[in-house]
Amino acid sequence: MDRILVGLKRVVDYNVRVRVRADGSGVETDGVKMSINPFDEIALEEALRIRERGEAAEVVVASIGGSEAQQQLRTGLAMGADRAILVVADSAVEPLSAARVFMKLIERESPELVILGKQAIDDDNNQTGQMLAALWARPQATFASKLELGGGKATVTREVDVGLEKIEVDLPAVITTDLRLNEPRYVKLPDIMKAKKKPLDEISLAELGIEDAPKIVAQQFEPPAARQKGIMVEDVAGLVAALKDKGLV
Amino acid sequence: MAKILLIGEHDGKTLNPSTAKSVACAAEIPDAAIDVAVFAADGAEIAAQAASLAGVNKVIRVDRAENENPLAAVIAPQVVALAAGYSHVFGPSTTFGKDLMPRVAALLGVNQVSDIMEVLGSHRFKRPIYAGNAIVTVEAPDGVPVVATVRTASYRAVDTGANADVETADVAAELPTHTRYVELMAGKSDRPDLQTASKVVSGGRALGSSEKFEIIYELADAMGAAVGASRAAVDAGYVPNELQVGQTGKIIAPELYIAIGISGAIQHLTGIKDAGTIVAINKDAEAPIFEVADIGLVGDLFTIVPELKAALG
Repeated sequence: MDRILVGLKRVVDYNVRVRVRADGSGVETDGVKMSINPFDEIALEEALRIRERGEAAEVVVASIGGSEAQQQLRTGLAMGADRAILVVADSAVEPLSAARVFMKLIERESPELVILGKQAIDDDNNQTGQMLAALWARPQATFASKLELGGGKATVTREVDVGLEKIEVDLPAVITTDLRLNEPRYVKLPDIMKAKKKPLDEISLAELGIEDAPKIVAQQFEPPAARQKGIMVEDVAGLVAALKDKGLV
Repeated sequence: MAKILLIGEHDGKTLNPSTAKSVACAAEIPDAAIDVAVFAADGAEIAAQAASLAGVNKVIRVDRAENENPLAAVIAPQVVALAAGYSHVFGPSTTFGKDLMPRVAALLGVNQVSDIMEVLGSHRFKRPIYAGNAIVTVEAPDGVPVVATVRTASYRAVDTGANADVETADVAAELPTHTRYVELMAGKSDRPDLQTASKVVSGGRALGSSEKFEIIYELADAMGAAVGASRAAVDAGYVPNELQVGQTGKIIAPELYIAIGISGAIQHLTGIKDAGTIVAINKDAEAPIFEVADIGLVGDLFTIVPELKAALG
């Protein structure tokens, strides 16, 4: 195939303990480490492996966000993507708008495969890939833990609640990644230098002419209800007594 | 008045308990009439089970050969065909609902409210974000359908024993053939189901191997409990993926959760925060799991677990 399109979202790093602002207006992101959404990193790794096996010619990474998202796209280029597109947006876009943006990119780039993370670890929505497949009227293979290509089709093993489900989809298609699809590579210093020379195009959101979607408004943020700190027991006898006390055994 | 279309989940024979929990969520919407849709090849028995759920107005049965297996691309156009006239379209936040509902939402031209954990009004909900480290109150827009998934761990299944009408609907939607089911590789197990069990025994990386993980199964069997695992244990190949508990695995709410050799990463804790009682067994007294545990025991799991099994078995 000619091209794989991969989405990279800039999110608060996986290891950061997120805190809600005291006034409930959002979560604290000032001075917090930002990274590529881990599921998107897996999506890029999978695309790179497909290209390295000779099954795709080019891997294009795209993000939607402020100019700071260039950082994550550069990391994607350093991992091995051929070029990058930043759709510049002043504020966060909701999943349907993100899907509409990617639909515009599909019209421009004609990829045979679009690989996205199954969810972003900030809003945990788990929507964009499925929405994009709907708008494109193409197959979706979500929560992929194994992807095999051949004969204009993809055979995808999906992580579902009862185990693993295998489906077959005609290309082009949208794949969303689960954690065990692969282990993303580390970026090496020379690759970071090389990535600076790779093309990174910017398009403004307005330029793409995306239709407005009715907004789901976030009104207030709060920390989760804290669990009371419990008791420590000394041994198994103490544990069994405590469980009996609560009527659990 | 709210008219709610709830998409029932099933395996071709039996209604999944996620449906009864989603009914409980939908029933919190003021003045709601809840219709459950069952898409199957032959949905007679499943529809009858849905009709027995308390609070269901009626069941809409859509039988088509293409519905033999739950493919989102195939079911979504049928949901859209039924959705006219409904103010809300709900599904469970299981892998079935997570796959299907955003496709429905996009076809209806709306964003989705994912993982409702609390209903504040017909259009206002609470949902978790950042692996449950923050809860956000959202308001869905008026004048368009509210498409949402229900965080089933936040709800108790409604009672059965009711007897709603079952209607058969013909859905004219043209269905795609570009997506085909191949097979399901499910672990066969006589143990209680992880998602609905009242007791869960879970093991982590500290177990060290799939052979050593056996002691978790033995303890669980002695207690009549389901078995779970941390992401680390699944990644290491000790147990299959369907046992993973956490942000990207299963979100569960058992009465008793025993975490053994699990350090308690925030991504794991988000999967168990609705558990009634959390027990932590870990050799590291500083492990974060002890911050949330109701009962903690510091020590070597390979000594403690057999002792506990002997004491409880």
